[in-house]
Amino acid sequence: MIQSPEQKKVESGRDVSLDMRHIVRTNGVPILFLALSITMAAVAGLSPAFLMNEVITRFARNSLLVLSLLIPVTAGMGLNFSIVIGAMSAQAAAIAVTLWGIKGVSGFLTACLLATPLAAITGCLAGLVLNRAKGREMITSMILGFFANGIYQLIFLFLVGSVIPFNSKSMLLPQGVGVRNTVDLINIAQSLDKIWRPVISGVRIPVVTVLVSLGMCVVITFLLRTKIGQDLRAVGQDMNIAEVMGIKVDKTRIIAMILSTVIAAWGQLVFLQNIGTLNTYNSHEQVGMFSIAALLVGGASTRRATIFQALIGVILFHTLFVVSPLAGQKLFGVPQIGEYFRVFVAYGIIAVALAIHAWQDRQMRKEAIREAVLTE
Amino acid sequence: MERARRVLEMKGITKQYFGNTVLNNVSIDLYPGEIHALVGENGAGKSTLMNILFGMPVIHSTGGFSGEVLIDGEKVELMSPAEAMQAGIGMVHQEFMLLPGFTITENIKLNREPTTKNALSRLFRSKSLDYLDVPTMRKDARAALDRLDLAIDEWAPVAGLPVGYMQFIEIAREIDKKEVRILVFDEPTAVLTETEADRLLESLRRLAADGIAILFITHRLDEVMAVANRITVLRDGETVARLNRDEAVVERIAELMVGRKVEKVELPPRAKEPSDEDIALTIDNLVVDMPGEMVRGLSLSVRRGEILGIGGLAGHGKLGIANGIMGLYPASGRVSKNGENIPLNSPEEALSRGLAFVSEDRRGVGLLLNEPIDRNIGVTAMQVQHKFLKSWPHFLPALRLEDRAELRAYAEDMIRKLDIRCLGPNQPVRSLSGGNQQKVCIAKALALEPEILFVSEPTRGIDVGAKRLVLDLLVRLNRDHNVTIIMTSSELGELRKVCDRVAIVYRGRLAGILPPDASDAEFGLMMAGRVGKEAV
Amino acid sequence: MTDKLKQTVEHIGIPRLMIAGFLAVIFVTAYITGMSVPQLLSDSLVRVGMNGILVLAMVPTISCGVGLNFGLPLGVLCGLVGGLISMERGFVGFPGFFAAIAFAVPLAVVVGYLYSVLLESVKGQEMMVGTYVGFSSVAVMCIFWLMAPFRNPELIWAIGGKGLRSTLTLGNYYGKVLNNFAVFEIFGIKISGGLIGFFLLFCLLVYLFFRTKLGIAMLTAGANPVFAKSAGIDVRRMKSVGIIASTVLAAIGIIVYAQSYGFLQLYMAPLMMAFPAIAAILIGGASLQRATILNVIIGTVLFQTLLTTALPVTSRVIQGDISEVARLIISNGMILYALTRSTGGK
Repeated sequence: MIQSPEQKKVESGRDVSLDMRHIVRTNGVPILFLALSITMAAVAGLSPAFLMNEVITRFARNSLLVLSLLIPVTAGMGLNFSIVIGAMSAQAAAIAVTLWGIKGVSGFLTACLLATPLAAITGCLAGLVLNRAKGREMITSMILGFFANGIYQLIFLFLVGSVIPFNSKSMLLPQGVGVRNTVDLINIAQSLDKIWRPVISGVRIPVVTVLVSLGMCVVITFLLRTKIGQDLRAVGQDMNIAEVMGIKVDKTRIIAMILSTVIAAWGQLVFLQNIGTLNTYNSHEQVGMFSIAALLVGGASTRRATIFQALIGVILFHTLFVVSPLAGQKLFGVPQIGEYFRVFVAYGIIAVALAIHAWQDRQMRKEAIREAVLTE
Repeated sequence: MERARRVLEMKGITKQYFGNTVLNNVSIDLYPGEIHALVGENGAGKSTLMNILFGMPVIHSTGGFSGEVLIDGEKVELMSPAEAMQAGIGMVHQEFMLLPGFTITENIKLNREPTTKNALSRLFRSKSLDYLDVPTMRKDARAALDRLDLAIDEWAPVAGLPVGYMQFIEIAREIDKKEVRILVFDEPTAVLTETEADRLLESLRRLAADGIAILFITHRLDEVMAVANRITVLRDGETVARLNRDEAVVERIAELMVGRKVEKVELPPRAKEPSDEDIALTIDNLVVDMPGEMVRGLSLSVRRGEILGIGGLAGHGKLGIANGIMGLYPASGRVSKNGENIPLNSPEEALSRGLAFVSEDRRGVGLLLNEPIDRNIGVTAMQVQHKFLKSWPHFLPALRLEDRAELRAYAEDMIRKLDIRCLGPNQPVRSLSGGNQQKVCIAKALALEPEILFVSEPTRGIDVGAKRLVLDLLVRLNRDHNVTIIMTSSELGELRKVCDRVAIVYRGRLAGILPPDASDAEFGLMMAGRVGKEAV
Repeated sequence: MTDKLKQTVEHIGIPRLMIAGFLAVIFVTAYITGMSVPQLLSDSLVRVGMNGILVLAMVPTISCGVGLNFGLPLGVLCGLVGGLISMERGFVGFPGFFAAIAFAVPLAVVVGYLYSVLLESVKGQEMMVGTYVGFSSVAVMCIFWLMAPFRNPELIWAIGGKGLRSTLTLGNYYGKVLNNFAVFEIFGIKISGGLIGFFLLFCLLVYLFFRTKLGIAMLTAGANPVFAKSAGIDVRRMKSVGIIASTVLAAIGIIVYAQSYGFLQLYMAPLMMAFPAIAAILIGGASLQRATILNVIIGTVLFQTLLTTALPVTSRVIQGDISEVARLIISNGMILYALTRSTGGK
């Protein structure tokens, strides 16, 4: 929200922005996870250069996906678990581009061009479904993601090669029907990263990729200053009031979903071009969950998320992601624990953040009732 | 006030809701720059009239209305709030339509923001992509706020502002609409403090001086006398009077609001009349936190065997009394029955000490809509008094099985006794008519065999024939079974018909107790806060 | 005539008709391709008995107003712990089976209570929070399984490893004890009296429970909390009881499941266990606010029969295992349908 700095002072009669307690209260979650990351990094004992490299690479390839979550939160639709639909559109495009042998940056751009309308249409459908589940958007988007995954598998495992003609035998499974489990994205691998990758004090930075993410930050900021951005924010605060005031609530929510899904599609393409290989049936599975966990770690809630929180969250979450297996191993002394520890952290973050925000919501509602009553 | 063309005329408005006539040939007119007060009890039809003026969908989806609405002498058809706004009508609702996360400016300009084009919006030819023109927004908002003499930062967030300010921001939003010529206010001072209310009235005067015609719904007679140029009194859906300010006197207005011919009904006699010598229930300094119906310290004694009525305007707390005592809303104070203290905030305590309650919210609190009649009647008695259960296991009543046969037999008995029109005890109550649903609620209370019965809004939403039956039922209960009845109702008429005494609640406290045959003026004034313990 | 038809269709519900339609197609295909229909039915019945109590676990939470129990894995984990303790102690056969239950239930009561406290504080978001609390718990238990103090050599990794194996064979313990009890045949269909009987027994118990004073209080609390409050019912306590009951049923359910399957599956196996149970009860006609025993039985029968018969039959016609994909589409589609239908509520 565009808030004047004077306002923050007015709120409590002193310069709140510098008050330590206030900072901790409003930014508790990222501070907690910063402490956690530092502790675990220390325990894990990884070399700083290695860590930096890992974190920068992951930041570059994951930020766009996390940014795609911002608009639905602003529109009051909660955390969009169904960005996986955008990811799947991207994968379809990536497969097509690999099939048709379009190389390099043009391959990447073609994939974007293909993925966008696909993501827009599926995003629109997702919006229609969520409009029928008002008040339950998050769980619905989660189940919708699973459902879409089923459709995706139906198409790519059973329809490709049989009903849908597919020219490349090498990309299909041995029985001739269904796309292979792994598709080597030779054409677009690193296409964006390769453009300019300077090495600064031992750390390799894929500048263009990072610029793409920052560019999206600019786009989102711009969007929120326009009429449609204002409508989205209004709908996010109170659907009923927005409707009474003449804003087309259903249409606005669908637009939010379309934007989110399209950005997620682009995000998944950025992700895939860095990894270089497509796990046809797995690459997208955790997309929703990891992006949401990252956003929550950055301090966002189910009703309020800023660009800053998204970016910080990606860095913190992925740092944790890198260090936790080794840290867990060293802590508990059992090798396999590492992997499970990382999974636990991811799920746990979401569970804790959801619980805290739901509890805070309840407190707020109770406060609102008490206030309304006191003033009568 | 100009004697020039009337800016608004509503002629011969008649409206029915499902066969009930809510407005009957009502007319009202408005001159530019006039402040016109619309006065009446709840249910008189004021809100319906305003809904018609504002083109609310609920009017058109229930059969429309007959009569004409003219603006500047020309007939208009207002089918939606948007059309009403275009015709220059603004409405300041009672519930605030403000977004707390937005600033005052953003709220004032909601969905009407001035915008500027940019490269993308030109490219896609879409207004949605225009930038918000924040400087212009702030300028307009500032102008509107200044007009109301409100010295507050137009960029302050709405969240955290005192309630009084919110009312003004609502008004600012309406007057920012350049075309507005008629402003309708629905009980604007209901949630304001005294100073805020004065300020509001002052801004009404200012707006009227600018030429805006103001229609002002209220029941606060002092405010009416302070600002109104003309007063229209509605009662039971009809215009009963139209007065100029100079002809009006508070007592007369109160009388007009309330007065109606009360049919003199002969009530059955009693063996022994209730008196102050035998008090069944003592209420001492009761405070109830029921949003919208706060009780702020009420003390009252209920005589054994009487039918005590509790009346008062909506929102003043009469409904909070029973809800508080029966534990549905947080309450404090002291309530004792036969000298024994009844713990508050516990429905179970109240229910197990001989109190029962028929709630005003029949469908929400009073019934399990998808359950059959017998379940509805029996479940409370089952839970509190262990009725309708098999007697085994003795030591663990929680696991006793329901005695379906006993429940059904009792329900059938009730159906007969109360003449509940239904297909049988198995019928889900959702499909019953309002009157029959109410009888089921009463049966539910009776299953507890209470000594004292609270009944709130017993005949709300029930057709005329069933109303009489319900009232008869309550009288019979009182006379034949010696049940002390405390009846809360917004229909003063029915209270005066069957009660032995009528207590009036004003602003959460007891204003006074009147005999049913006291004059209309006395009732009207007490309800408007002019007479009694808490004289305004 | 068409009006009555429309009414009947609406009453049964389009999804259920579709699934029944699928089943019809499958059985017709099976018959035509010469497969043994009695065999398919026998296998389906086993799956029904195996999963039934897990589906039954949804009834208490729906009835008390908390909605679908997405945190089912919590109860499942309690059941797994009970099953492990029974094996660690060396109980075999029926004693082993009942010992597993005896160890699991008290744990499930405690866990269920704590879970109910959590859900109460996040009222309005039970489904989301429940899902992720369930997921996190499964992950935490993975760590526990790796470090747990179990010594029975059949349970832990053989070669110098620490921690429990991921799949534990119940052959020597209580595997198939119910399945092999009181088996009889009708028209060539093998029916396990033990397995089906146990499931039906619990159905009966739950049915009777909801006709007791406590059960009726719970239903009332779920149907209309303000009405319940006005009738002296402690809505919060009812929700606790409902959640505890659900967790206990889940614990018992997984033990029945494991003995039928013949294996106890640890680590990430319980992760998604809530979803098939939820899909089944929704297919049976339940909604987010209302569920009956009949919903449980019909839903489990339809869903499990479909899953059991899909693979063998479709593999005759289509290449590859479509049952997994079908499961994803049908179960999630069903849940989506339920989520986009009800008015208001959670």
